[in-house]
Amino acid sequence: MKQTKEAAPAAPKKKHRHSFNYPWMSAAVPLVVLLVALPIANSRFLTVSNLTSILLQAAVYVIMALGMSFVLMTGGIDLSQGSLLALVGVVAAYIVEHQGSIFLAVVASILVGALVGLANGTVISCLKIPPFIMTLSTMYLCRGLTLVITQASPISITNASFRWIGSGRVLGIPVPVIIFVVAAAVGQFILSYTATGRYILAVGSNREAARLSGIKTRWNECKVYIISGVMVAIAGIVYVTRLGAAQANAGQSYEMEAVAASVLGGTSVLGGEGGIIGTVLGAIVVAIIRNAIVLLEVSTYYQQMITGAVILLAVIVDVQRKARAAKRVD
Amino acid sequence: MSDSILRFENISKTFPGVKALKNMSFEIRRGDVHVLLGENGAGKSTLIKILTGVYQADEGGTIYLNEKPVQIHDILQSRKLGIGTVFQENSLIPHLNVAENVFLTREIRTASGTIDWKRTYEECERWIRELGVDHINPRTQVRRLSVADQQIVEIVKVFSQNPSIIILDEPTSSLSEHEIKNLFRIIETLKKKGVTFIYVSHRMEEIRQIGDRATIFRDGELTGEIENCKTADMDEIINMIVGRTLEEKFPARESCIGEVLFEVRDIQVPNTIYDISFRLHRGEVLGFSGLVGSGRTSTAKAIIGAIPRTSGEIYINGRQVRVTNPAEAIANGIGYLPEDRKVEGLILSKSVKENITLPSLKRKFSKGVILDAKKERKTAEEYREKLRIKTPGINRLSKFLSGGNQQKVVFAKWLCSEANIYIFDEPTRGIDVGAKSEIYQIINDLVGKGAAVIVISSELPEILGICDRVLVMRDGRITADIDRRDATQERIMSYSI
Repeated sequence: MKQTKEAAPAAPKKKHRHSFNYPWMSAAVPLVVLLVALPIANSRFLTVSNLTSILLQAAVYVIMALGMSFVLMTGGIDLSQGSLLALVGVVAAYIVEHQGSIFLAVVASILVGALVGLANGTVISCLKIPPFIMTLSTMYLCRGLTLVITQASPISITNASFRWIGSGRVLGIPVPVIIFVVAAAVGQFILSYTATGRYILAVGSNREAARLSGIKTRWNECKVYIISGVMVAIAGIVYVTRLGAAQANAGQSYEMEAVAASVLGGTSVLGGEGGIIGTVLGAIVVAIIRNAIVLLEVSTYYQQMITGAVILLAVIVDVQRKARAAKRVD
Repeated sequence: MSDSILRFENISKTFPGVKALKNMSFEIRRGDVHVLLGENGAGKSTLIKILTGVYQADEGGTIYLNEKPVQIHDILQSRKLGIGTVFQENSLIPHLNVAENVFLTREIRTASGTIDWKRTYEECERWIRELGVDHINPRTQVRRLSVADQQIVEIVKVFSQNPSIIILDEPTSSLSEHEIKNLFRIIETLKKKGVTFIYVSHRMEEIRQIGDRATIFRDGELTGEIENCKTADMDEIINMIVGRTLEEKFPARESCIGEVLFEVRDIQVPNTIYDISFRLHRGEVLGFSGLVGSGRTSTAKAIIGAIPRTSGEIYINGRQVRVTNPAEAIANGIGYLPEDRKVEGLILSKSVKENITLPSLKRKFSKGVILDAKKERKTAEEYREKLRIKTPGINRLSKFLSGGNQQKVVFAKWLCSEANIYIFDEPTRGIDVGAKSEIYQIINDLVGKGAAVIVISSELPEILGICDRVLVMRDGRITADIDRRDATQERIMSYSI
């Protein structure tokens, strides 16, 4: 909610006085710490090429996390993201290699993502299956379907124009970075400037009040899974075109990275609160940690431990800060 | 005074904007069934919550237990002091069996620390026998029991902790005649064993059946004490409950009732409401009176399609309309203000502005898919001024507002939706007198402009003060249709019980 306020044009300036209480604050704190500490630890960190590579590595996660954030805002979760990423990648690679049409490949991928999202959303909202269970099932279904299609052998992508999506640059900026910025802008637009964004947050905060206010709670809950599916489809295309191949085991546990980025960015897993900027920053923080471990020549075995510790610390600090802020207002 | 087991002295409780209890002083005698009687919101529950440590009384008041002052900070402590409580919402765990529930957190253990199931069941059976409720099997899962039996299990659980006082908070609200008799028999049994009861109720007929002494509350004040319930005069008790005069100020209004605007025919919700039919005129305020659970809120929710109905037709201006969900109700100009503003009326974690515009976002504040932020802000500001909502700004989260101002936000929300048929469910519950009369003024303004209003209220003075006509409900049916000129509190009461 603060997110929308913050992003609204000409938001009243005086509101900034009583708090720095934005959802993305939780990601901003570790981000600032890292940005200050890392250049001191290693001079190569603050080079254009290193920063670009961080953003490039973050791209897939950012796009997926955007979708996850919308789902979390309604109090749900989408565990099928990682498997869907693999499925979509295979679909895209297969069409490009057999049909040669990039356009068709992109459209088909997004359609597959949207359909899986629609299936998730419909079952969850209409049949009242808990999101955790439903998306756990689609997680297995998508992974299994991908294995059946590929028979576990990777599909390499030889079409150079398609691979440009993952490896090309425009004015020196990698295309995946441009895609994630555009995706984030669209996400922010939906959240702050459309009734849908307001409805999603309303359903996540108080479903009954939202329903009695005439909001179609089921349809709005369904929408977030479609958004998630489409975001995953876009992430999947970026993923396979960067790698140059589609694999059945791609994207394993990426959904957890997406949850981590969202939570780090101040989106509440209980629903009702969240923001786009925070999610983007959260995904970037995770990418920076990954980069720093390579840069500082720490054993990569420590990477997950450090990521876990940073998330835990950031969330604890954030919860404390919010509690203090709430007390002040009282 | 030697037989006083519990004595309240100057107990007050203030909530932001409301004084729920004002200088309560009375005593409860050992071995009595002491009835606390009053309408909803009279302060009975607040007193119980102070006694169980859920709330703390304001400074200056003292509770004496056996003539010794006590401080009660939480429910565990009240239990230690020998006060057992059977809450209105039962606190049993549905998937555990009777014995497991009875001994929850007090498990009987063997020497090695595991649960001694043999003794658990033996003990449980012993308590069940002592209460004379042998039909209950200690091994039955609680969720398989009827509501009445669950309540009995709750009493077994409380009784097995050897309390000297047992509080029963509206124990009969969901029981049938037969089950009530059974409950009363259990109370008599325990009374003979020396247990004192505090019996909270708003049903008058019960007081003579079960009560010894009674204390009557109204608006947080003690309005009467009855020394012998068996011989008490019912009319007198009613007067003490509802009050003789209309204390609150109701702004005057010239009734100007027009043609039929809204009509409901034969609404049914199985096991809830039956054959609900009524007409509502332009410019009319129609009151819905009745006890809690009589079906007033269900009627409102069935009308707007928030709960599914099995039959029923709705007509606006003589034309039948389709209303199967709240969105369709809003599209047809019906606005429903729910009874619980914190759970159903407002999204507490969202701003005043966002709450006000929520039902009308798509219709009034969208240009294509894009929200018109400027218009939204302007409209919210207008309502803030018009309804005098006290908030530092429209971006303030609504949870930080006082009860009365929160309620004004919910009113603004429905005024903003430009409905012309309004259903206000307990519009003034839990808000202070000043805000109440402002809300009555809002209602008057609405009907003055030709809208039609339904007010559901448990406060009889309010019903009499603002309505043109009163429908009384009992057990899911409309039992009376009374014109304002013929309506008295006693008359309404006689149709509700």
